[in-house]
Amino acid sequence: MTNNIAVIESIPILRANDQVAQDNRALLDSRDIFAVNIMASPGAGKTSLILRTIEALRDTPRVGVIEGDVASRVDAEKIAKSGAPVVQINTQGGCHLEATMVSQALKKLPLNDIDLLFIENVGNLICPVEFRLGEHCNVMLTSVPEGSDKPYKYPSIFTVVDAIVINKIDLLPYCDFNLPAFRELVLGLNPQVQILPLSCRTEKGVSAWTRWLLETMQTS
Amino acid sequence: MHELAVTQSILDIALSEAEKANAKQITSIHLVIGDFAGIVDDSVHFYFDFIKQDTLAQDATLSFRRIAARFRCRVCDTEFAPRDQDWSCPSCDAVAGEVIAGREFYIESIEIE
Repeated sequence: MTNNIAVIESIPILRANDQVAQDNRALLDSRDIFAVNIMASPGAGKTSLILRTIEALRDTPRVGVIEGDVASRVDAEKIAKSGAPVVQINTQGGCHLEATMVSQALKKLPLNDIDLLFIENVGNLICPVEFRLGEHCNVMLTSVPEGSDKPYKYPSIFTVVDAIVINKIDLLPYCDFNLPAFRELVLGLNPQVQILPLSCRTEKGVSAWTRWLLETMQTS
Repeated sequence: MHELAVTQSILDIALSEAEKANAKQITSIHLVIGDFAGIVDDSVHFYFDFIKQDTLAQDATLSFRRIAARFRCRVCDTEFAPRDQDWSCPSCDAVAGEVIAGREFYIESIEIE
Protein backbone atom coordinates (compact mmCIF):
# COMPACT_ATOMS: atom_id res chain seq x y z
CA MET A 1 0.00 0.00 0.00
CA THR A 2 1.25 3.44 -0.90
CA ASN A 3 1.21 6.25 1.61
CA ASN A 4 1.46 9.76 0.33
CA ILE A 5 3.78 11.92 2.32
CA ALA A 6 2.15 15.26 2.49
CA VAL A 7 4.94 17.66 1.62
CA ILE A 8 3.46 20.57 3.51
CA GLU A 9 5.47 23.14 1.70
CA SER A 10 7.08 22.50 -1.64
CA ILE A 11 10.80 21.82 -1.30
CA PRO A 12 13.24 23.90 -3.35
CA ILE A 13 15.31 21.43 -5.34
CA LEU A 14 18.60 23.11 -4.43
CA ARG A 15 17.81 23.27 -0.70
CA ALA A 16 21.23 21.91 0.33
CA ASN A 17 23.08 24.41 -1.86
CA ASP A 18 20.92 27.26 -0.54
CA GLN A 19 21.88 26.32 3.04
CA VAL A 20 25.61 26.42 2.30
CA ALA A 21 25.10 29.72 0.46
CA GLN A 22 23.49 31.15 3.61
CA ASP A 23 26.49 29.99 5.65
CA ASN A 24 28.86 31.64 3.14
CA ARG A 25 26.84 34.84 3.36
CA ALA A 26 27.01 34.81 7.16
CA LEU A 27 30.79 34.36 7.04
CA LEU A 28 31.16 37.21 4.53
CA ASP A 29 28.90 39.48 6.60
CA SER A 30 30.91 38.73 9.74
CA ARG A 31 34.04 39.98 7.93
CA ASP A 32 32.32 42.98 6.30
CA ILE A 33 32.98 41.61 2.82
CA PHE A 34 30.63 42.48 -0.04
CA ALA A 35 30.46 39.66 -2.60
CA VAL A 36 29.50 40.04 -6.26
CA ASN A 37 28.63 37.02 -8.40
CA ILE A 38 29.58 37.74 -12.01
CA MET A 39 27.84 35.65 -14.65
CA ALA A 40 28.35 35.77 -18.41
CA SER A 41 28.86 33.65 -21.47
CA PRO A 42 32.47 32.65 -22.28
CA GLY A 43 34.46 35.51 -23.78
CA ALA A 44 32.21 38.37 -22.67
CA GLY A 45 35.10 39.82 -20.66
CA LYS A 46 34.53 38.81 -17.02
CA THR A 47 38.23 38.70 -16.14
CA SER A 48 38.88 41.94 -18.05
CA LEU A 49 36.07 43.66 -16.15
CA ILE A 50 37.50 42.51 -12.81
CA LEU A 51 41.01 43.67 -13.79
CA ARG A 52 39.72 47.08 -14.94
CA THR A 53 37.78 47.41 -11.69
CA ILE A 54 40.82 46.57 -9.56
CA GLU A 55 42.83 49.22 -11.45
CA ALA A 56 40.09 51.82 -11.07
CA LEU A 57 39.49 51.24 -7.35
CA ARG A 58 43.18 51.32 -6.32
CA ASP A 59 42.75 49.32 -3.12
CA THR A 60 39.77 51.34 -1.86
CA PRO A 61 37.99 49.05 -1.33
CA ARG A 62 40.45 46.14 -1.32
CA VAL A 63 39.44 43.50 -3.87
CA GLY A 64 39.71 39.71 -3.70
CA VAL A 65 38.73 37.29 -6.44
CA ILE A 66 37.43 33.75 -6.75
CA GLU A 67 37.91 32.51 -10.30
CA GLY A 68 35.63 29.73 -11.53
CA ASP A 69 36.59 27.84 -14.66
CA VAL A 70 36.11 24.35 -15.99
CA ALA A 71 39.90 23.95 -16.15
CA SER A 72 43.22 25.88 -16.08
CA ARG A 73 44.69 28.69 -13.96
CA VAL A 74 44.92 31.16 -16.85
CA ASP A 75 42.48 33.69 -15.40
CA ALA A 76 43.79 33.41 -11.84
CA GLU A 77 47.30 34.15 -13.07
CA LYS A 78 46.08 37.31 -14.82
CA ILE A 79 44.40 38.47 -11.61
CA ALA A 80 47.42 37.55 -9.46
CA LYS A 81 49.57 39.93 -11.52
CA SER A 82 47.36 42.80 -10.35
CA GLY A 83 48.33 41.99 -6.76
CA ALA A 84 44.80 41.08 -5.64
CA PRO A 85 44.42 37.85 -3.67
CA VAL A 86 42.86 35.19 -5.89
CA VAL A 87 41.78 31.56 -5.62
CA GLN A 88 41.09 29.44 -8.68
CA ILE A 89 38.27 26.89 -8.62
CA ASN A 90 38.37 24.26 -11.36
CA THR A 91 34.98 22.63 -11.68
CA GLN A 92 36.39 19.62 -13.61
CA GLY A 93 33.73 19.81 -16.28
CA GLY A 94 31.00 21.36 -14.10
CA CYS A 95 29.15 24.18 -15.84
CA HIS A 96 28.55 26.42 -12.80
CA LEU A 97 29.88 27.23 -9.34
CA GLU A 98 28.13 25.78 -6.29
CA ALA A 99 28.08 27.15 -2.76
CA THR A 100 30.33 24.38 -1.40
CA MET A 101 33.04 25.29 -3.92
CA VAL A 102 32.90 28.91 -2.79
CA SER A 103 32.97 27.79 0.83
CA GLN A 104 36.23 25.92 0.18
CA ALA A 105 37.70 28.86 -1.72
CA LEU A 106 36.86 31.28 1.11
CA LYS A 107 39.08 29.21 3.42
CA LYS A 108 42.05 29.94 1.16
CA LEU A 109 41.57 33.71 0.91
CA PRO A 110 42.98 36.28 3.35
CA LEU A 111 39.51 37.50 4.38
CA ASN A 112 40.90 40.22 6.65
CA ASP A 113 42.49 41.89 3.62
CA ILE A 114 39.35 41.95 1.44
CA ASP A 115 36.40 44.38 1.35
CA LEU A 116 34.99 43.50 -2.06
CA LEU A 117 34.97 39.93 -3.38
CA PHE A 118 34.34 39.13 -7.02
CA ILE A 119 33.18 35.59 -7.70
CA GLU A 120 33.72 34.97 -11.40
CA ASN A 121 31.30 32.20 -12.33
CA VAL A 122 31.86 29.65 -15.09
CA GLY A 123 31.02 31.13 -18.51
CA ASN A 124 27.40 30.05 -19.01
CA LEU A 125 24.05 31.85 -19.05
CA ILE A 126 21.85 28.96 -17.88
CA CYS A 127 23.33 26.81 -15.15
CA PRO A 128 24.73 29.42 -12.70
CA VAL A 129 21.35 31.15 -12.39
CA GLU A 130 19.77 28.73 -9.91
CA PHE A 131 22.82 28.25 -7.67
CA ARG A 132 23.13 30.85 -4.92
CA LEU A 133 26.70 31.20 -3.64
CA GLY A 134 26.29 33.58 -0.69
CA GLU A 135 26.68 36.70 -2.83
CA HIS A 136 25.18 40.11 -2.00
CA CYS A 137 24.75 41.13 -5.59
CA ASN A 138 24.39 39.43 -8.98
CA VAL A 139 25.86 40.99 -12.09
CA MET A 140 25.45 39.74 -15.62
CA LEU A 141 28.02 40.71 -18.19
CA THR A 142 27.17 40.57 -21.86
CA SER A 143 29.01 42.02 -24.83
CA VAL A 144 28.15 43.77 -28.08
CA PRO A 145 29.28 40.98 -30.48
CA GLU A 146 26.95 38.50 -28.71
CA GLY A 147 23.92 40.39 -30.04
CA SER A 148 20.96 42.06 -28.38
CA ASP A 149 18.56 39.09 -28.58
CA LYS A 150 20.00 37.28 -25.53
CA PRO A 151 16.92 37.99 -23.34
CA TYR A 152 14.76 35.90 -25.68
CA LYS A 153 17.16 32.99 -25.49
CA TYR A 154 18.13 33.06 -21.80
CA PRO A 155 15.30 34.89 -20.01
CA SER A 156 15.90 33.61 -16.48
CA ILE A 157 19.25 35.26 -15.88
CA PHE A 158 17.80 38.67 -16.73
CA THR A 159 15.18 38.33 -14.00
CA VAL A 160 17.65 37.61 -11.16
CA VAL A 161 20.47 40.13 -11.69
CA ASP A 162 20.95 43.54 -10.08
CA ALA A 163 23.00 44.94 -12.94
CA ILE A 164 23.80 44.13 -16.54
CA VAL A 165 27.14 45.32 -17.84
CA ILE A 166 27.36 45.51 -21.65
CA ASN A 167 31.04 45.21 -22.55
CA LYS A 168 32.85 46.00 -25.84
CA ILE A 169 30.76 49.08 -26.72
CA ASP A 170 33.73 50.24 -28.80
CA LEU A 171 32.50 47.58 -31.28
CA LEU A 172 29.00 49.08 -31.63
CA PRO A 173 29.78 50.61 -35.07
CA TYR A 174 30.72 47.17 -36.41
CA CYS A 175 27.94 45.04 -34.91
CA ASP A 176 24.16 44.92 -35.12
CA PHE A 177 23.62 45.29 -31.38
CA ASN A 178 20.37 47.24 -30.90
CA LEU A 179 20.94 48.99 -27.57
CA PRO A 180 17.48 50.64 -27.25
CA ALA A 181 15.69 47.35 -28.05
CA PHE A 182 17.92 45.48 -25.58
CA ARG A 183 17.22 48.06 -22.90
CA GLU A 184 13.45 47.88 -23.48
CA LEU A 185 13.41 44.05 -23.34
CA VAL A 186 15.56 43.84 -20.22
CA LEU A 187 13.76 46.59 -18.30
CA GLY A 188 10.50 44.88 -19.23
CA LEU A 189 11.68 41.70 -17.52
CA ASN A 190 13.36 43.44 -14.62
CA PRO A 191 12.51 47.15 -14.13
CA GLN A 192 14.95 47.55 -11.20
CA VAL A 193 18.04 46.37 -13.07
CA GLN A 194 20.89 48.79 -13.74
CA ILE A 195 22.23 48.70 -17.32
CA LEU A 196 25.84 49.79 -17.65
CA PRO A 197 27.39 49.92 -21.13
CA LEU A 198 31.20 50.10 -21.13
CA SER A 199 34.39 49.07 -22.84
CA CYS A 200 37.13 47.37 -20.86
CA ARG A 201 39.48 48.12 -23.76
CA THR A 202 38.92 51.89 -24.02
CA GLU A 203 37.75 52.28 -20.37
CA LYS A 204 34.69 54.27 -21.52
CA GLY A 205 31.89 53.70 -19.00
CA VAL A 206 34.09 51.98 -16.42
CA SER A 207 33.74 54.84 -13.92
CA ALA A 208 29.91 54.64 -14.06
CA TRP A 209 30.20 50.92 -13.27
CA THR A 210 32.55 51.42 -10.31
CA ARG A 211 30.35 54.27 -9.03
CA TRP A 212 27.29 51.99 -9.14
CA LEU A 213 29.24 49.21 -7.47
CA LEU A 214 30.45 51.42 -4.60
CA GLU A 215 26.98 52.87 -4.07
CA THR A 216 25.46 49.39 -4.00
CA MET A 217 28.11 48.27 -1.51
CA GLN A 218 27.41 51.20 0.76
CA THR A 219 23.65 50.80 0.74
CA SER A 220 23.65 47.04 1.31
CA MET B 1 24.32 20.71 -18.30
CA HIS B 2 23.69 21.21 -14.58
CA GLU B 3 21.19 18.34 -14.49
CA LEU B 4 23.54 15.97 -12.64
CA ALA B 5 23.83 18.40 -9.71
CA VAL B 6 20.08 19.01 -9.81
CA THR B 7 19.27 15.27 -9.94
CA GLN B 8 21.61 14.55 -7.04
CA SER B 9 19.82 17.22 -5.01
CA ILE B 10 16.42 15.70 -5.85
CA LEU B 11 17.59 12.24 -4.75
CA ASP B 12 19.20 13.58 -1.55
CA ILE B 13 15.99 15.39 -0.57
CA ALA B 14 13.81 12.34 -1.32
CA LEU B 15 16.09 10.03 0.68
CA SER B 16 16.23 12.37 3.64
CA GLU B 17 12.42 12.85 3.68
CA ALA B 18 11.88 9.08 3.33
CA GLU B 19 14.26 8.37 6.17
CA LYS B 20 12.47 10.87 8.41
CA ALA B 21 9.21 9.02 7.68
CA ASN B 22 10.77 5.56 8.23
CA ALA B 23 9.82 4.51 4.70
CA LYS B 24 10.83 1.16 3.19
CA GLN B 25 10.99 2.58 -0.27
CA ILE B 26 10.26 5.63 -2.38
CA THR B 27 7.79 4.94 -5.18
CA SER B 28 7.61 8.28 -6.93
CA ILE B 29 8.86 11.84 -6.87
CA HIS B 30 6.83 14.64 -8.44
CA LEU B 31 8.64 17.69 -9.72
CA VAL B 32 7.35 21.04 -10.89
CA ILE B 33 9.62 22.70 -13.44
CA GLY B 34 9.00 25.93 -15.31
CA ASP B 35 9.97 26.25 -18.95
CA PHE B 36 12.39 29.05 -18.03
CA ALA B 37 14.19 26.90 -15.42
CA GLY B 38 16.62 25.51 -17.99
CA ILE B 39 16.12 21.86 -17.10
CA VAL B 40 16.04 19.04 -19.67
CA ASP B 41 13.69 16.28 -18.44
CA ASP B 42 15.38 13.47 -20.39
CA SER B 43 18.71 14.36 -18.90
CA VAL B 44 17.32 14.29 -15.33
CA HIS B 45 15.70 10.90 -16.06
CA PHE B 46 18.99 9.58 -17.39
CA TYR B 47 21.00 10.63 -14.33
CA PHE B 48 18.25 9.58 -11.93
CA ASP B 49 18.14 6.00 -13.25
CA PHE B 50 21.88 5.86 -12.72
CA ILE B 51 22.24 7.36 -9.24
CA LYS B 52 19.12 5.81 -7.65
CA GLN B 53 20.64 2.32 -7.74
CA ASP B 54 21.07 0.68 -4.32
CA THR B 55 19.07 3.37 -2.53
CA LEU B 56 15.51 3.49 -1.16
CA ALA B 57 14.61 5.14 -4.47
CA GLN B 58 15.82 2.34 -6.73
CA ASP B 59 12.29 1.57 -7.95
CA ALA B 60 11.07 5.15 -7.86
CA THR B 61 9.67 6.97 -10.86
CA LEU B 62 10.09 10.66 -11.57
CA SER B 63 7.28 12.78 -12.91
CA PHE B 64 7.53 16.29 -14.28
CA ARG B 65 4.78 18.87 -14.22
CA ARG B 66 5.90 21.44 -16.75
CA ILE B 67 4.76 25.04 -16.32
CA ALA B 68 4.64 27.19 -19.43
CA ALA B 69 6.02 30.71 -19.23
CA ARG B 70 3.47 33.47 -18.63
CA PHE B 71 3.88 37.23 -18.39
CA ARG B 72 1.74 39.91 -16.78
CA CYS B 73 1.91 43.30 -18.44
CA ARG B 74 3.07 45.93 -15.95
CA VAL B 75 1.18 48.61 -17.86
CA CYS B 76 -2.31 47.12 -18.31
CA ASP B 77 -2.21 43.90 -16.21
CA THR B 78 -3.05 41.61 -19.15
CA GLU B 79 -1.66 38.10 -18.71
CA PHE B 80 -0.19 36.47 -21.80
CA ALA B 81 2.16 33.78 -23.07
CA PRO B 82 5.40 35.13 -24.54
CA ARG B 83 5.76 34.42 -28.24
CA ASP B 84 9.08 33.43 -29.77
CA GLN B 85 10.66 36.82 -30.49
CA ASP B 86 7.76 39.00 -29.51
CA TRP B 87 7.23 39.74 -25.86
CA SER B 88 4.97 42.72 -26.35
CA CYS B 89 1.60 42.79 -24.62
CA PRO B 90 -1.19 41.64 -26.97
CA SER B 91 -3.51 44.32 -25.50
CA CYS B 92 -1.38 47.44 -25.23
CA ASP B 93 1.87 46.57 -27.08
CA ALA B 94 4.10 47.50 -24.12
CA VAL B 95 7.25 45.39 -23.71
CA ALA B 96 6.93 45.22 -19.94
CA GLY B 97 6.03 41.66 -19.03
CA GLU B 98 6.67 40.49 -15.51
CA VAL B 99 7.40 36.74 -15.44
CA ILE B 100 4.56 35.27 -13.36
CA ALA B 101 5.07 31.63 -14.33
CA GLY B 102 7.87 29.60 -15.84
CA ARG B 103 10.59 29.82 -13.21
CA GLU B 104 9.19 27.03 -10.96
CA PHE B 105 11.81 24.64 -9.67
CA TYR B 106 10.69 22.47 -6.76
CA ILE B 107 9.62 19.04 -5.50
CA GLU B 108 5.85 18.95 -5.17
CA SER B 109 5.49 15.59 -3.42
CA ILE B 110 7.22 12.32 -2.68
CA GLU B 111 5.36 9.00 -2.41
CA ILE B 112 6.68 6.24 -0.16
CA GLU B 113 5.72 2.79 1.07
